[in-house]
Amino acid sequence: MSKSVLLKSSIAKKYWMALTGLFLCLFLVGHLLGNLQLFAGGEEGRRAFNEYAYFMQHNPLIKVMSYVTYLSILFHAIDGIMLAVQNKKARPVQYAVNNAKSNSSGFARQMALLGSIIFIFIITHMVNFWAKMHFDGKMPMHTINKELEIQGQDPMTGQPTTQKIPVTYALTTKGDYKEVSFINPMTKVSENAVDIKNHTELYDKNSKLKIGEGYKDLHSVVLAFFGKKNDGNYPINDMGKAAAILYLVAMIVLSFHLMHGFSSAFQSLGIRHKRYTPAIEMFGKIFSIVVPALFAIIPLYICFG
Amino acid sequence: MASKTININLKIWRQKNANSKGSMETYKLDNVSTDSSFLEMLDQLNEQLINERQEPVAFDHDCREGICGMCSLFINGEAHGPDRAVTTCQLHMRKFKDGETIFVEPFRAKAFPVIKDLVVDRTSLDRIQQAGGFVSVNTSGNTMDANAIPIPKHDADKSFEAAACIGCGACVATCVNASAMLFVAAKVSQYALLPQGKVEARDRVLNMVRTMDEEGFGNCTNTGACAVECPKEISLENIARMNREYLKGMLSSEK
Ligand code: HEM
Ligand code: SF4
Ligand code: FES
Repeated sequence: MSKSVLLKSSIAKKYWMALTGLFLCLFLVGHLLGNLQLFAGGEEGRRAFNEYAYFMQHNPLIKVMSYVTYLSILFHAIDGIMLAVQNKKARPVQYAVNNAKSNSSGFARQMALLGSIIFIFIITHMVNFWAKMHFDGKMPMHTINKELEIQGQDPMTGQPTTQKIPVTYALTTKGDYKEVSFINPMTKVSENAVDIKNHTELYDKNSKLKIGEGYKDLHSVVLAFFGKKNDGNYPINDMGKAAAILYLVAMIVLSFHLMHGFSSAFQSLGIRHKRYTPAIEMFGKIFSIVVPALFAIIPLYICFG
Repeated sequence: MASKTININLKIWRQKNANSKGSMETYKLDNVSTDSSFLEMLDQLNEQLINERQEPVAFDHDCREGICGMCSLFINGEAHGPDRAVTTCQLHMRKFKDGETIFVEPFRAKAFPVIKDLVVDRTSLDRIQQAGGFVSVNTSGNTMDANAIPIPKHDADKSFEAAACIGCGACVATCVNASAMLFVAAKVSQYALLPQGKVEARDRVLNMVRTMDEEGFGNCTNTGACAVECPKEISLENIARMNREYLKGMLSSEK
């Protein structure tokens, strides 16, 4: 098998489009299942989501899958654009009148345009969350604030006293909450109880030994991005509503792309049968409505719910 | 049914030769019988043009009964016009209304350069056919009777349906990508389904697809427009079959 056949032939290019496209459909399902946890509220929901985000960033198998996903997106996009450029060249002079809607769906004819919009969305989406998770030095740690009551004795009167000290605890990967800072009742200044390195690693102040690892508070970053007050006090995005609407638009575009793309991929791979093709087409239609709709509801729920 | 006549306006692509720039020209044609075919209507227009000492419109035609694949034309934005499962020579003027403006353009594709007016060069399809659209038979005198080889009825029917392709190029003209996949798939399927064709199946599909790509046709995006506009109703099933054949060929090729 020569290399040129594998990459250059029109039909082989279509196999790659179909394989990467279907893999990305699988990715969408996985990504959606994770995101749906954002519906769970309270500290429990926040905790579950941040633990999930940590797992996604550290599990070796997930890491491999994520690299396959990055490659698939790149390959699918580059191959798709190359195909579209060739296709444009294949008809240098356009028709004066073209009644294309009488024989084909607009989604099918606009795959490259729809895909390019999705590509722009993926980039902005990764800048908003993925890059923060990976590279942002200001990424907050998952912490909660509690008041510690300290029993004491008034030195003058000898009466028992209680003093409330606001303390911040970090949720650690061992599942417990460790004290990270407190407000000194004398000076009213926040003091660290432990040293924090690399965003989330907790070190004992004296022995310099690692005593635990916290979670990045992606949950709060997401809520803040869509303009909602969050437990991590992450600065709220003023454009949260606009962001939620743009995410909705992107999901509509994705829906259109899949409306044609899902079943088209099977045709590209030569999978067509009187009995199964109608079922694949039906499943594709349902998939292309349900998956983007569930994705889109999450920011709308956060923002307006 | 009593025959009616209609008056129509025509907007037709006129282009002197392959190198000149063309443009849409407007003509008025009265008293067109609704029983006449689209090509007969063009004959009538040409008669009028000749009487007015103007250059007649050049267009392709031959059998005028839907079997040769020579007639073409993109009529009101569709290959072979608005009717389904017919060639332009089988399209009747009763499909058009009195006073209607009808746009007539040549099939447009990089692989179908315009020769003159509505006539395009479709020899690119011939070159694809020459790359593998045949079976090699022994003609030394002891040719085997084709009927001696049993063929399942189902396969024979499917092959026959694919063989109905007349190579008109409407699939290319219609396709948003100017892809020739339906044509090539019909030719590949026609042989791939028969025992006689299986011998050369692997090289056939590889060579025909390579030639298709070299001729500058676009890539299929499975819009399905080709099968809708095809006068012989060639099914998309053939494209799926060619995709399977190509995968097999690609993986097992010795080259
Ligand atoms: C999560 C995102 C995406 C998914 C799930 C997806 C899925 C698919 C699927 C299943 C197909 C059908 C493949 C076939 O017909 O064989 C397809 C086709 C296509 N996609 Fe995507 N896609 C995504 C993103 C993109 C992006 C970012 C682009 C970039 C430009 C793009 C461009 C295209 C093009 C041009 C086609 C048509 C290819 C053809 O039929 O020749 N897609 N996509
Ligand atoms: S597949 Fe149909 S439209 Fe294409 S060349 Fe054959 S007969 Fe014409
Ligand atoms: S002229 Fe032969 S098919 Fe129309």
